[in-house]
Amino acid sequence: MATNSAIPDVERKVLAASLIFVAAMLGLIAYAAIRLGISVPTCVTGIKPFEEGELIRVGPGRYEAHVVAKTWSFKPNRIKVEKGSVVDFYVTSKDIVHGFMIEQTNVNLMAIPGAVNYAQARFEKAGTHQILCHEFCRAGHENMMASIEVTP
Amino acid sequence: MIQKNLRAVIVLELLFPLTLLLFGAYHGVLQVLYRAGLIQDTSFLGIGYYTGLTAHGVINAIVLTTFFGVAFGHAVISQQLEQSVSAPAAKAGAALMILGTLVAAGPIFAGKADVLYTFYAPMKAHPLFYIGVVLLVVGSWVSFWGWIPGYLRWRRNHPGRKTPLGAVGIFATFIIWQMCTLPVAYEVLVQLIPWSLGLTAGVNVVLSRLLFWFFGHPLVYFWLLPAYVMYYMIMPRLAGGKLYSDFYARFVFLAFIVLSTPLGLHHQFTEPAISSGYKALHAALTFLVAVPSLLTAFTLAASLEYGARQNGGQGLFAWWGKLPYLDKERWLFPYLFLGLVIFILGGITGIVNASYSMSAMIHNTSWIPAHFHLTVAGPVFLAILGMSLYLSVGLLGKKIAAPAVAVSIPYVWTVGVFTFSAGLFYGGLKGVPRRTNLGMSYLDPLSDAYRPDWRIGEYIGAVGGCIMGLAVLLFFYVLVRSLASTRSEQESDSFALPVSEAYHDEDIGVVRNFRPWIVAAVIAILISYIPPLIQVLGANYPLVSE
Repeated sequence: MATNSAIPDVERKVLAASLIFVAAMLGLIAYAAIRLGISVPTCVTGIKPFEEGELIRVGPGRYEAHVVAKTWSFKPNRIKVEKGSVVDFYVTSKDIVHGFMIEQTNVNLMAIPGAVNYAQARFEKAGTHQILCHEFCRAGHENMMASIEVTP
Repeated sequence: MIQKNLRAVIVLELLFPLTLLLFGAYHGVLQVLYRAGLIQDTSFLGIGYYTGLTAHGVINAIVLTTFFGVAFGHAVISQQLEQSVSAPAAKAGAALMILGTLVAAGPIFAGKADVLYTFYAPMKAHPLFYIGVVLLVVGSWVSFWGWIPGYLRWRRNHPGRKTPLGAVGIFATFIIWQMCTLPVAYEVLVQLIPWSLGLTAGVNVVLSRLLFWFFGHPLVYFWLLPAYVMYYMIMPRLAGGKLYSDFYARFVFLAFIVLSTPLGLHHQFTEPAISSGYKALHAALTFLVAVPSLLTAFTLAASLEYGARQNGGQGLFAWWGKLPYLDKERWLFPYLFLGLVIFILGGITGIVNASYSMSAMIHNTSWIPAHFHLTVAGPVFLAILGMSLYLSVGLLGKKIAAPAVAVSIPYVWTVGVFTFSAGLFYGGLKGVPRRTNLGMSYLDPLSDAYRPDWRIGEYIGAVGGCIMGLAVLLFFYVLVRSLASTRSEQESDSFALPVSEAYHDEDIGVVRNFRPWIVAAVIAILISYIPPLIQVLGANYPLVSE
């Protein structure tokens, strides 16, 4: 059993390899976030928590959805946009914490009472996307859902 | 030798939560049946789905892990630091933890605390639920404080000696625990309990979530590090070899003190109110905490190879055949080894979870429970089962009954948890939500929301869950039969944990002292948490109540 104060060479190499591996993964994430623009929700300060859920058409193919989650429904509940539309989703909750996930998109948000969350989605294909609450919100949680219809 | 006047406390702290585990595991099996649509109801035999889910989480992830951490800590510290544990502190700690668990169990089983173990204000639970959890955590603190004077005395009496590795690992575990439970103690004592008692109007929800997730990730290292202590201290010896690198083992434990906490925002990627820049910082720090685990993978594989070659193993890969996978005399080995095998996939999927923008794919889907069942229900749970059996049988001077069954349990569990997770990973990528009684809507053929394409993942998950349930039944069969065997006072007196020697026994100053690592941890926490805390407090979120 050798006692010494040097780290064996092989252990140094393993440490270096681990750090390179981690740095490479971080590089890919930075690439996705900066160059491809795939990021996560940030702190939204420009919009106050709204009381009413509504879909606002702000231009051709451009919408703003103000979504209010409340035990156990979303308002608006059925959203309809035409193919190719870009929708800005602002999501809040009127009571407890809910989730807001739109299937087959990158929209996956927490709905927190008192705060506004934000994500954008572009709908390129006609069809229906299910929206579901994915955060436990008591007895009716599994029936809290909505939908988005994308018309041709 | 493990301190004689701690034997009863340790055995009690092992067997009390294992008794509760019977319910925790029972409801684990029920959950996969509900989710597969095989039980289509809000409750089964008088216990609601979400009541059972809360109990499953609290018992398995909080009660069992905390009791075990303390009990195993008593065993390791008292054996390695020469019987220096304060017995009065150990007894007081055990009493507080048991009292707290019983106090919290009342409202949980009465359905008055269906808030899951994550609290998730403004869902409100009965005050006794929060009070019970506080007593449980304070009991673990008291137990930890009872190790400190003896440790300082040991250092004074052994100048120049390295603190034994197992003790370093246990202290690292509880230093992390002490640091990360302080903010959540603030959340519970200042925000939740007064509100639950009706003394305040509501809760700043955004703040409460920030405080909870400060705790939520270091919690997983509190679960994991006792298993790491077994891997480094015990497993090489069981494999017939030595620990490959003493320095790496120490470095890993100390690095976890620094790295396990300043990264909680990766649980909050999809939340409002916190800047994406702060989330990115926490994502980067989450990747850094992968480094000690990568070093662990290397050190443990090298230690196993050394052991296997001592057993006559040869060749580049053929030596893998020379490990005691099915050795009835060393039945503890597969509990540790298979936990590591499971953890390979648990670790890789954890890297996915940490990957910032990938969060949109998997957040709150069944991918998440699939992942953490490969960590907390993989290496952690198998280590807890194996070591609970090993310690309780050894300390009571009993004989292990049905060792062939004891050896088979981790294999059955591994098949079960891999199957379960495969189903839930698959479903998660298709958008199946976690924490949801699917049989009442998405997996109900009569519902408008019926999703036939979600069935296959949940069916696979149900098969896996049932196999996991079978492994737990086998475990209790072995445990009960072993505890019923004849007692030998002599066996009990000579019982000790196996301790591995080091192959490379480096003596490197930087891993000889906790203090610089604790200072670094505090600095890392301040840098990573002060900006988001200022942001949240500056925004004046309203007090919200259910």
